[in-house]
Amino acid sequence: MEPLGWGAIAAQVFVQFTPVWIGMVAVFALSIVFKRRLGLYGKLFDSTIGMIGFALVLFWVFTAIFADAIVTHDPLAQVSGLKNATLGTPVPEGSVYTFNVESPLGLKQSGPYYLLGGDNLARDVFSRMVAGSTVVMQIAPLATLFAFMVGITLGLPAAYYGGRLDTVLSFLANLILAFPVILLFYLLVTPEIVQTGLPSFMAMVLFLFPLLFLWVLLNSRFYTQPMKQKLYLGGVVLIGGLLYLSVISQDRTPINFWPDALDLFDIPGGILIVFVAVVFVNSPTVFRIVRGIALDVKTRDYVAAAQTRGEGPWYTMLWEILPNARGPLIVDFCLRIGYTTILLGTLGFFGLGLPPESPDWGTTINDGRRLLSIYPHPAIVPAVALMTLVLGLNLLADGLREESLRD
Amino acid sequence: MALFILRRLGVMLLTVLCLTFIVFFLTNLQPNLEKLAKTQGNMRMTDEQVEIWLSNRGYDRPVFVRYGEWLGVLPGWVGETAQGDPVGRCIAEGMPPLAEGEAPPAFCGVLQGHWGYSTVFRAPVSEIIATRLGLTGILMFWVMVVMVPMALLIGVLAGMREGSRTDRSLSTVSIVSTATPEYVSGVILIAVFASSAVGLRWFNGTATSAMDDVTFRNFTLPVITIALYGMGYIARMTRASMTEVMTAQYIRTARLKGVSFRNIVMKHALRNALIAPFTVIMLQFPWLLNGVVIVETLFNYKGFGWTLVQAAGNNDIELLLAVSVVSVIVVLVTQLISDIGYVYLNPRIRIS
Repeated sequence: MEPLGWGAIAAQVFVQFTPVWIGMVAVFALSIVFKRRLGLYGKLFDSTIGMIGFALVLFWVFTAIFADAIVTHDPLAQVSGLKNATLGTPVPEGSVYTFNVESPLGLKQSGPYYLLGGDNLARDVFSRMVAGSTVVMQIAPLATLFAFMVGITLGLPAAYYGGRLDTVLSFLANLILAFPVILLFYLLVTPEIVQTGLPSFMAMVLFLFPLLFLWVLLNSRFYTQPMKQKLYLGGVVLIGGLLYLSVISQDRTPINFWPDALDLFDIPGGILIVFVAVVFVNSPTVFRIVRGIALDVKTRDYVAAAQTRGEGPWYTMLWEILPNARGPLIVDFCLRIGYTTILLGTLGFFGLGLPPESPDWGTTINDGRRLLSIYPHPAIVPAVALMTLVLGLNLLADGLREESLRD
Repeated sequence: MALFILRRLGVMLLTVLCLTFIVFFLTNLQPNLEKLAKTQGNMRMTDEQVEIWLSNRGYDRPVFVRYGEWLGVLPGWVGETAQGDPVGRCIAEGMPPLAEGEAPPAFCGVLQGHWGYSTVFRAPVSEIIATRLGLTGILMFWVMVVMVPMALLIGVLAGMREGSRTDRSLSTVSIVSTATPEYVSGVILIAVFASSAVGLRWFNGTATSAMDDVTFRNFTLPVITIALYGMGYIARMTRASMTEVMTAQYIRTARLKGVSFRNIVMKHALRNALIAPFTVIMLQFPWLLNGVVIVETLFNYKGFGWTLVQAAGNNDIELLLAVSVVSVIVVLVTQLISDIGYVYLNPRIRIS
């Protein structure tokens, strides 16, 4: 077969993304029809910048969801003879697939072409880029959410009570922020440190915060309704506790006490450590932002009113101050997912944390950069993917900021 | 003011102590020491040999004591090898040679000016840090020369007429540049401007030769790569501050009395609009440090960031400690300068 031309490659790639286009059109159509009823989210569709950003983000979200349907080859499968193949190279008839690592997907079917070429281990660049989006989408938003829970749970009391608590917490946050991020990663994510179990202990502490946050949130709200309080808190403890114990108890780490029968899931190697490192790096910044906003909101009249009618400190913090700080926090959340994506790429770029065959973008850029001046495509494709996602998140944040400032 | 600076210096000292202890503790965990022993001695050492290697070099004592020795507040460790030769912290490699019959000093830590000996580069840490910092200094100088004027220009042009077409397009440019981390822009720039297969072949894809001789050809790409990422943020801050100034009352007054738009921007608005960016530029240093590490690795420019990666990757304890001390001090000093500068530039805060 002949190699594909540029137009044919673009058309093929477009066809491969069909599920994504359908999903995006559906979301956009529904959102624009009902935009007057959707609050801040609906207003996003009044701003061009916001819409472009949202489209880019949505594209990668759907790509991550439908990755198995979009890939043309298994992201770990190697086809002999297609090492560093150029764009649109056809896969030879009856070629044999080899795996140097066991692949979780194990796809046997294959497309007729390496659409965006092959990398230095003869794997399909297009499929790896698509599979990489799943890794990024699994980690970045969730890690950012966890960082926010840690930051909020510590930042609100620091601003509300002030005094010594504030001094100590702010000092600790500044301490972490004074570290160059890469040095921190090198200290936390090397195999030797993983052996000592330090990341597992950090996971124990950091993952406790979401539970704590939900507990305090519901407890302060339903304090006056004992029935509901017991029901919700029981639910949090039961479900949250089970998830918490399943997450922190991992095989091959010092913390492995939870019986396998009750262990709901095992997180593949490296992901938990990367997750913990990213949450740890992000939380001090979130802490500072939350503290800053809460210091400002604290002086408002409605907070004084809540205090006067005898609400507890946690109710005031979580149900009076926090909802009124949501605007800047939502905007920062979008920006921070982008920043987390950049951090994940940085980790991959230095070969830290995730296994070397992982298809995530940072690792693939790192793989591709060695032969960059001869075969640029294995590094360029994930680089452009990462850039568009971060750009989308930044534009989305910009659009949200503009729309939330309008009223 | 003096009290404020004094207090900040105290907090800084405490921060540096805490941070160096954390680095010291993490690099001295047992698995890290075993790795160090195996890379320095022999890859196939048995556990027993590793123990002996570590105890011969004094690595088996409590971590607090050894941190004290590194700082120079506790006397250095002394011992004997199996042959009966004296060994110890203060007679190790990298110390100044002793005169005949002179006893080695009791204390030899950072406070005495001994930063230790690098196990990777086999040279005194202070020498390595000095040369590498010099190289990174050259890189940073050119980054600043390119980044600051560009960022301010973009910010001022975008902010002087809010909502205009120039504003829209320049704001988009700055968003795109903040969304492109160094390892992405570096890869794209190399592919476009330095690739031997496709592309323009204008510049070199590595900056190794720039360590001896900086030329336009070998230094443009690394400088542009770092400058691009930092530029967007500074430009956006400048734009925000410029739009705020342009809506101020005194600008309207100047307009009403018939001053030309050009003069308003140059003589009235600019000075006030540049206060906020000054702080932002200073606070960019810690971020630039990150960029420097990535770019020096990508372009193989053996400066400070490259040294950090080498030291961290090989668990070179004393070099890593020195690297973290330097980088933390850079971060904290720039924070202090930005605070002082902000007070100094803004008379409203100075008086109250």
